Amino acid sequence: MKITKEEVEYVAHLARLEFTETEKVRLTTQLNDILMYMDKLNRVNTTGVEPMSHAIALINAFRQDVVWESLDHELSMANAPETKGQSFKVPKIID
Amino acid sequence: MEYEPVIGLEVHAQLLTASKIFCGCSTEFGAIPNSHTCPVCLGMPGVLPVLNKKVVEYALKMALATHCTINETSNFARKNYFYPDLPKGYQISQYAQPLAEHGKVEIEVNGGKKVIGITRIHMEEDAGKLIHDEYNPASYVDLNRAGVPLIEIVSEPDIRSAEEAGAYLKRLHEILVYMEICDGNMEEGSFRCDANISLRPKWETAFGTRTELKNMNSFRNIQRALEYEIKRQRYVLENGGSVAQETRLWDDAQGVTNPMRGKEEAHDYRYFPDPDLVSLTVDELWLEEIKRSLPELPLKKRERFVRDYQIPAYDAGVLTSSRALADYFEAVAKLSGKPKAASNWVMVDILKFLNDDKREIKDCPILPESLAQLITLIDAGAISGKMAKDVIVEMYETGKSPKAIIEEKGMVQIADEETLKKVISSVIGANPQQLSQFLAGKDKLFGYFVGQVMKATQGKANPQLVNELLKKMLAET
Ligand SMILES: [Zn+2]
Repeated sequence: MKITKEEVEYVAHLARLEFTETEKVRLTTQLNDILMYMDKLNRVNTTGVEPMSHAIALINAFRQDVVWESLDHELSMANAPETKGQSFKVPKIID
Repeated sequence: MEYEPVIGLEVHAQLLTASKIFCGCSTEFGAIPNSHTCPVCLGMPGVLPVLNKKVVEYALKMALATHCTINETSNFARKNYFYPDLPKGYQISQYAQPLAEHGKVEIEVNGGKKVIGITRIHMEEDAGKLIHDEYNPASYVDLNRAGVPLIEIVSEPDIRSAEEAGAYLKRLHEILVYMEICDGNMEEGSFRCDANISLRPKWETAFGTRTELKNMNSFRNIQRALEYEIKRQRYVLENGGSVAQETRLWDDAQGVTNPMRGKEEAHDYRYFPDPDLVSLTVDELWLEEIKRSLPELPLKKRERFVRDYQIPAYDAGVLTSSRALADYFEAVAKLSGKPKAASNWVMVDILKFLNDDKREIKDCPILPESLAQLITLIDAGAISGKMAKDVIVEMYETGKSPKAIIEEKGMVQIADEETLKKVISSVIGANPQQLSQFLAGKDKLFGYFVGQVMKATQGKANPQLVNELLKKMLAET
């Protein structure tokens, strides 16, 4: 086994996801399969090949420092479960 | 036991671009909450962040100014954590391949010089702003700041005292403001600093357990927080305890640091390359262009002022404290051809006026041309130094040129020999008693005669000429 159920629980917690016991078992198996496949990829000889972080061979995609019009305030707030004045309202995160 | 503090600082500086780092929303401070937002900085799914080229240019400037090695290729990564001021659930930052590494800055403490290493400089986006409700269990989120460009400057743990920390921060601040890539406003959060600090026995080389200090929004508070934390850790260690590795917040009102409470946990950010942003490559050509655009940095300017204008190091330090002030002084020095006089007038008079009125040099009503003219007039003997002191007050109040003021007030100095000779002989004639005493050897009465001449001319006589003529004429009697 490449990954334990505890590790799945830890990662789930970091991602703020909740799973049932059955789901956890299933996810552990699935993640294991993925990692086993990675092992297979690791066997490929990559000597002299630079690590890459993107699938496309493109560099330096820039925009110029120009201000565009922002969203209409109402639209910006449209998805907010709760608002107060012009701000998003959230549960207090410090005491 | 003697303990030695080991301090490393993380500085976040907001870059002075017009638009955000990955979208075109304005970076202006103080706008209506959430009015500078768009799908990109609100973290809507399916949007594409695109890097603002000016952010890279500004970050490169700082990297070059602090002697960093620029990485030819750097990448953006996602730093994953949940917090209400972070709409995407991750911050776009740089991790494995930052823009620049291995730099240094030189600081001065207690008259000595010391080099502080810079581990890395990278670009990232700022988070939004949270306002906590004092009375209700609610916080309010303003995402105008989300996506404002930052550079993070991480120092090596080379700092050994609160004073050194202060000197290092002031140096970084000065460089950023000089290059006009950050406004340096600490109250508005444009320049922020977190500190890592640990103590170790003086002979020890391994580091002790460190705490991270946050929530300090002025140079003074950073120094106070570090001083407090040094004392606190020393107390813990001396009493056989051990320092807990934790984040502590500076409480300005109480003058203490307290452990941060709440849901903050051991960080596991699970960094990974951001697939939305392609690699950044900086070639020689681009670097050369940036190098050419760098202004003369404060330390270099200081040395040049001492060398070229023959002014004391302290004066050069004051005059180069801001780029605008340095430019002002240099303009006066060049226009008048009298750098020492220029330095004196700027240091003594101009800075006092500005200080009294809480004004900046850019708002000074006396233009460099006017001050240079004043210096030239004194030098030519048209007015005395004493008269000039009155003239400069008038210049500051009215913004008029010294020539105009002198004419208006009839302040022109009497430097005509014949006129002065007449005044002197009448003064001598009117004071026979003092004259005989003087001739009998009471030398200090010479001053009395000078005073009488100045009085008779309402202070307008050229004092040097009066001295000269008086000496001659008294000797002739
Ligand atoms: Zn935006």
